Amino acid sequence: MRTLINIELYKIFRRPRTYIAFAAITALIVLIQFGLKVDGQTYVDFMLNDIGSTLEIDGNVLNGYLICYIMLQLLLVHVPLLIALIAADMISGEANMGTLRVLLSKPYSRTSFMLAKFIASTIYTLLLLVWLAFLALFVSMWIFGTDDMFLMKSNYVVLLKENDVFWRYIGAFLFAALAMTTVAALGFFLSVFAENSIGPIVATMSVIIFLTILSTMNIPVFNIVKPYLFTTHMISWKEFFDIQVTESNEAILGSIQNKERILNSAIVLFIHIILFVSGAIMVFRKKDILS
Amino acid sequence: MQKIVILFFIFQFALSASGQDATALVMKVKAKLDQVNDYEADGKMKTNVAFIKAPIGKVKIFYKKPNKFKLKKDGGISLLPKGGVSVNMNSLVTTDEFVALAAGEAVVGGVKTTVVKMLPTNENSEVVLTTMYIDEANLLIKKAVSTTKENGTYEIEMSYGKFASYGLPDKVIFSFNTKNYKLPKGLTLEFDDNEKPLTEEQKLRNKKGRVEITYSSYAINKGIADTVFK
Amino acid sequence: MQSIIQVKGLTKSFKNLTAVKDLSFTVNEGDVYGFLGQNGAGKSTTIRMLLTLIEPTAGSIELFGMPLNTHRTEILRQVGAVIEKPDVYKYLSAIENLRIFARLSGLKPTDQQLMQQLEMVGLAGRAKDTVKTFSQGMKQRLGIAVALIHDPQLIILDEPTNGLDPQGIADIRNLIRHLSRDLNKTVLVSSHLLNEIEQIATRVLIIDKGSKLVEGAAADLFDPSQTLVELETLNNEAALLQLQESKWAANLQPRRTGALLIKLHRNQIPGLHKDLVEMQIPLLSLQPRHSLEDYFLQVTSGQHAHTH
Repeated sequence: MRTLINIELYKIFRRPRTYIAFAAITALIVLIQFGLKVDGQTYVDFMLNDIGSTLEIDGNVLNGYLICYIMLQLLLVHVPLLIALIAADMISGEANMGTLRVLLSKPYSRTSFMLAKFIASTIYTLLLLVWLAFLALFVSMWIFGTDDMFLMKSNYVVLLKENDVFWRYIGAFLFAALAMTTVAALGFFLSVFAENSIGPIVATMSVIIFLTILSTMNIPVFNIVKPYLFTTHMISWKEFFDIQVTESNEAILGSIQNKERILNSAIVLFIHIILFVSGAIMVFRKKDILS
Repeated sequence: MQKIVILFFIFQFALSASGQDATALVMKVKAKLDQVNDYEADGKMKTNVAFIKAPIGKVKIFYKKPNKFKLKKDGGISLLPKGGVSVNMNSLVTTDEFVALAAGEAVVGGVKTTVVKMLPTNENSEVVLTTMYIDEANLLIKKAVSTTKENGTYEIEMSYGKFASYGLPDKVIFSFNTKNYKLPKGLTLEFDDNEKPLTEEQKLRNKKGRVEITYSSYAINKGIADTVFK
Repeated sequence: MQSIIQVKGLTKSFKNLTAVKDLSFTVNEGDVYGFLGQNGAGKSTTIRMLLTLIEPTAGSIELFGMPLNTHRTEILRQVGAVIEKPDVYKYLSAIENLRIFARLSGLKPTDQQLMQQLEMVGLAGRAKDTVKTFSQGMKQRLGIAVALIHDPQLIILDEPTNGLDPQGIADIRNLIRHLSRDLNKTVLVSSHLLNEIEQIATRVLIIDKGSKLVEGAAADLFDPSQTLVELETLNNEAALLQLQESKWAANLQPRRTGALLIKLHRNQIPGLHKDLVEMQIPLLSLQPRHSLEDYFLQVTSGQHAHTH
């Protein structure tokens, strides 16, 4: 099994396509960092426009912690595309190249092939997130410094103490890893059905976009299915940045407002991963390789 | 900062008041507060606004006669109601265009107080009315309520302890009206979940904000450089 | 002699066609087994079933005396295959491809061993180049190197000469001979071209539309006593009457096209020629073919009602 995983990783990281994702993330983050460095105050003023008429906000609002949050918010919607680029290509790409039949006439079971391929795509996904964390969090912390994190949510604002932030990012990135692995699992599942890479990549993105729209719209009919859509749960990493308050509205250091929601979302995502991967394996085991 | 200035003027007016008893009382309070040339105080600030989740923060407060005032947070980001917290009793007492009227008595925090209504004589004043609740025995302002033309009503409540002899409070509670806070979910990139709409009572409560400052120590009349207030 | 492949009643149905119908055959150790059939006859489907790429609808497959469905891993460890196009990872170099597939077969070859393998197929000079830059023939040779890297007992080559130039075809032929004679490997080689198979195969199986047409030792199928002669004259009808009166009447075969068919031993051809001249039959051409070619012609011309 380790041999198979090593080979799959070797194949992933020898392909130019793999580095597109890393380059894209780098470019996006550097661009956002540059923009905020040059013109960040305008952005902050815009964000604070409303609340600023009641409150005077003093301090380094636009610090590394907030910037990382802003970037995660923007990027985690687009990272699935980069993951689909690899994960949705895992089987279909080999079918397209014709290497699938060579691979499958080797003395390994199809299940171990599939598991190795999925594990390899997960490792790729995790590395992508590590790279994202490095750039979005650590580089931002270095460029913009750290301070309390002032977060504007739709219904309230949250002020997190500087020393109460970093661990939340660890949690958020771990959760994001689970969410992105779900995307990888979906792409992987869809890649079983096609003999070209474009189909499953586009299909994966379409499913995610479609479900995200359902998750975003506040229409009662959709609200019934929302709790079951994995896209609804993919943004639960944000819950790490919501803090509990006491009766007198005083924030409790080190607390999380909706622990259950994080846990619940994690479970839903995990179930999706299991379903997608076992579905992919089941279909693939029975599949006639005609490519 | 605008509001600080406004409130500052309120009390200037107060001192020119013609209501004899009331004016005399205000003058006595002024005399007491005049002992303090400057101070530097440590305290803790708690922001209690329905739409703000913030931890208690340490603050340093600087004051210098006649009207220099500064609240600094010990690092980090601070959220203050615009201008409000800066109001301190020392800066109330300067002079001018005011009518002070005695308006009976009231009990604030278990203490009998004299109520003084102060009306600005200047028609352009942002403040419409200020009501002061003065503890006559100790010459301490227990509570002040100001109604402004545009920004609603502010209320300052003070309790005194060790530094009562200087007219400096141990605790100040500043209550103010807040606007409703709401950002579109599209902007904050949140998904709608099935939140229950707020009840009328909650909505009402949401509109009141409170900032509490608890002073732990004062360093009075030790001299403070003007640069601190910049 | 051990049977290396034993296929019984193998059938594969796809949604709207039956690609392989009740096919049975046996490949013995040391055979160079020629698997003939037109494109679309079911050769590739059969080979893919042997390699577990396609699941049979019915029938059984045993390799090395073990059922394929229960001993897949053990069996595949001893099989090397090139299936249709020799596809490898185009973004990797020759030696990297070879290393990957060696590791998939459970080997950890040194660079030196890999280079030796590449040398055998004449690719040592291009070992470090990406496969993207390779010609069809070079890819084919790399595919064969990949198939042989783990020294398998059974080698399955599906249309190995497709897209190759005459020199490439000759090289493959020599390689198959070398594998069989010198290394005592069993080889299953499929083709849609008879002349490719007839020079190297020890046994031959011809299938058409998924069914077996004929199977046997090459020596029998290429039997000189079963030679078929195709005659083309100015007037075939008149010639037929004349021949029916002659001593060759018993050798006459039913006609498929206009030409007359006579089955005889190869040695009898000069005699036939002499008689035709004596009977003053105006001969346009006389073409001897062995019986396997006859079968194959039937298949390729789309007729198979006729039997031998």
